[in-house]
Amino acid sequence: MRPLSVIVRTVCNVFAWFMVVYGTYIIVHGHLSPGGGFQGGAVVATFIAFLLVAHGGGKVFGWVRKGVYTALEQTGLLLFIGAGFLGIGTTFFYNVLAKRGGLFGATVPLGPNAGVLNSSGTIALANIAVGLEVVGGLSLILLYMSKASLSSPKEETQGKEAGHDR
Amino acid sequence: MIASFPYLIVGLLFLFGLYAVVFERNLIKIAIGISVIEAATNMFLIVLGYRTGGRIPVFTLAGESKVLVLPTPQALTLTAIVIGMATTALMLSLIMVLYRHYGTLDVREIRRLRG
Amino acid sequence: MRYRIVFLVAVLVVSGVLWGAMDAVHPFGEPSAPLMDDYFLSSAQSERAVNNVVTAIVFDYRGFDTLGEAAVLFTAVCSIAVLFRGKGEH
Repeated sequence: MRPLSVIVRTVCNVFAWFMVVYGTYIIVHGHLSPGGGFQGGAVVATFIAFLLVAHGGGKVFGWVRKGVYTALEQTGLLLFIGAGFLGIGTTFFYNVLAKRGGLFGATVPLGPNAGVLNSSGTIALANIAVGLEVVGGLSLILLYMSKASLSSPKEETQGKEAGHDR
Repeated sequence: MIASFPYLIVGLLFLFGLYAVVFERNLIKIAIGISVIEAATNMFLIVLGYRTGGRIPVFTLAGESKVLVLPTPQALTLTAIVIGMATTALMLSLIMVLYRHYGTLDVREIRRLRG
Repeated sequence: MRYRIVFLVAVLVVSGVLWGAMDAVHPFGEPSAPLMDDYFLSSAQSERAVNNVVTAIVFDYRGFDTLGEAAVLFTAVCSIAVLFRGKGEH
């Protein structure tokens, strides 16, 4: 995986952080417009894909540590299980913060309306938790697979490509 | 009968993916065929929940319409897409380990070699 | 070559039979049992205070399935990390 030309690298440097902002917008507004935790997490994970394609594998492993993404993934899963245990007085995964007036507690008028950001109880907490987990998980998959494809020995098979194609 | 055209499209997509799994020799092409089969299954789930003249089941975007499509198949398809992506990632990793061990990607050659 | 032609003809026959069967049982545009979804659509804004009914189903009415799906994603990442543990790792 060699680095691509100057134009591609410049566009990647400008545009990669925009993906993180756009993905966070999709995660946080999950209860108002189509989107949510899984979709926004997949958009944020294209940050690592941009860096790997434009700059090549060798340089990116000097910039990025794997511990950050491992910590993100584990925090996301633990937060999701914790959000389920909040309403354990009635049942598991009971929405105990909805319509109460505190954090994420406003009510929503019936019928079509413009959308209230502060509403819907534990659904917004679960969105953020699942978003963190998907970001960590997909970035880790990309990093592990590209590191394994770089470290395999390159053999010079001149003219005798053993059965790659039909 | 011509109004149920989406079911025919879903069936054809599924059977094209099955053709790729059965008749191809390269391992990566078999993985692509499995991915096409998963796409056909997800599309079948969404097609099942349509109401004629319905709008999106999100109250911010639906406008003044009274007829909304069913939201439950869309929620189940979200889960199915994520599970399909995890399966495809693991399949491609196993193909990489196989290539490093055997040196070839042809299914008929791998069956004859012995480690 | 003969097997491919037989397979393609069988593809067309099977998809035609399935098309007729699905049209008889479950026509496109008329869902057969919408009672549960009508309850979800009519009570998502008053009970749970959320505008997006699909997110309410994924995270609140059926949140247990989402817990299983998060566990599947975590297991896939762990198994990929186990596969690529070679000699060069510290």
